[in-house]
Amino acid sequence: MSAHTTSTHAHNDHADHDGHVSHSTFKGYATGFVLAVILTVIPFWLVMAKVFDKSSTTGMLLLAIGAVQIVVHMIYFLHMNTKSEHGWSMLALIFTVMVVVIMMSGSLWVMYHLNHNMMPGMMDTTVETKPESINAAPASTALTVAVPQKAAGTQQVP
Amino acid sequence: MSETTLTANAMGTKSGNSYFVVDHHPENGTLLGFWLYLMSDCLVFACLFAAYAVLGRNYAGGPSGGMIFDLPMVGINTSLLLLSSITYGFAMLESQKKQVRNTMLWLIVTGILGAGFIGLELYEFVHLIHDGFGPQRSGFLTSFFALVGTHGLHVTFGIVWLITLLFQLKRHGLTAANTRRLMCLSMFWHFLDVVWIGVFTFVYLMGALP
Repeated sequence: MSAHTTSTHAHNDHADHDGHVSHSTFKGYATGFVLAVILTVIPFWLVMAKVFDKSSTTGMLLLAIGAVQIVVHMIYFLHMNTKSEHGWSMLALIFTVMVVVIMMSGSLWVMYHLNHNMMPGMMDTTVETKPESINAAPASTALTVAVPQKAAGTQQVP
Repeated sequence: MSETTLTANAMGTKSGNSYFVVDHHPENGTLLGFWLYLMSDCLVFACLFAAYAVLGRNYAGGPSGGMIFDLPMVGINTSLLLLSSITYGFAMLESQKKQVRNTMLWLIVTGILGAGFIGLELYEFVHLIHDGFGPQRSGFLTSFFALVGTHGLHVTFGIVWLITLLFQLKRHGLTAANTRRLMCLSMFWHFLDVVWIGVFTFVYLMGALP
């Protein structure tokens, strides 16, 4: 896939074809490790330093960085490429990713609609009480009080 | 009949070595087979991630992720696992140079880092359960313990495998069979690190967001 982006990797592929099982180099592991460290530090910094005010912005960034880091690990640590095992491992990976995507998006989609239709009001209260629950130190007591108030409040408004 | 099975067996035991000498290309079916196992394991984790995605906000009046997650500790845990990935990589490099002793040393370092990871995770679990935030508290905590616990269990079995492999290496050295086992464990170990990326991103960091 992206094994051809760097010259070292192109060389690796070549060595793979000639020789036997050797397909890891110090340079490969070091590159992967440095990239992985950067891609780990950024999300922790984003959350712990509260860089963005909106949770959705941070969340989207986290998911994107996580996906990139998974690809980095796949290439540099798991040595994934289109050539290994005559492409069968890549095929298995693509099939798995496809099943995972269908299952994850399907579960979320179905359950979101189920929640929405079965429990009117429940979704809203849990979402609204979340910020409070983080600020309040004695957690469980504050939450149990807060929930009915909020529920009553939202019902009175319309 | 019995003769044919005998010869087939004899060929089966020898085939691993003869493949290496005669024909390089189809090295071994084991690596592809193990990769397929990892992909099925990936589906197990995907199910647990889906369960967490669905149940992760059902607090049932209990704590939310932001209240119970200790992010600096998760950071230490993540770096332990990431370091163990690179030390395993060094073990693989040493095994390619046929250095049994150095391979074993790097494997021991990897095992210690993995044990540190498990230790911290167990500490976190015990702490949570002691505070009354066990898996029975809410849907969020059930799915949290199921997902993170399954990953921890995988790492634990990886360490058991690693210790077994150390004894094998000490006794037989870097034979073809041991090299194959080393490569399989390498895939297993790096795969667990990939799953952990999903865990710390999706469960800990996104769970800690307001």
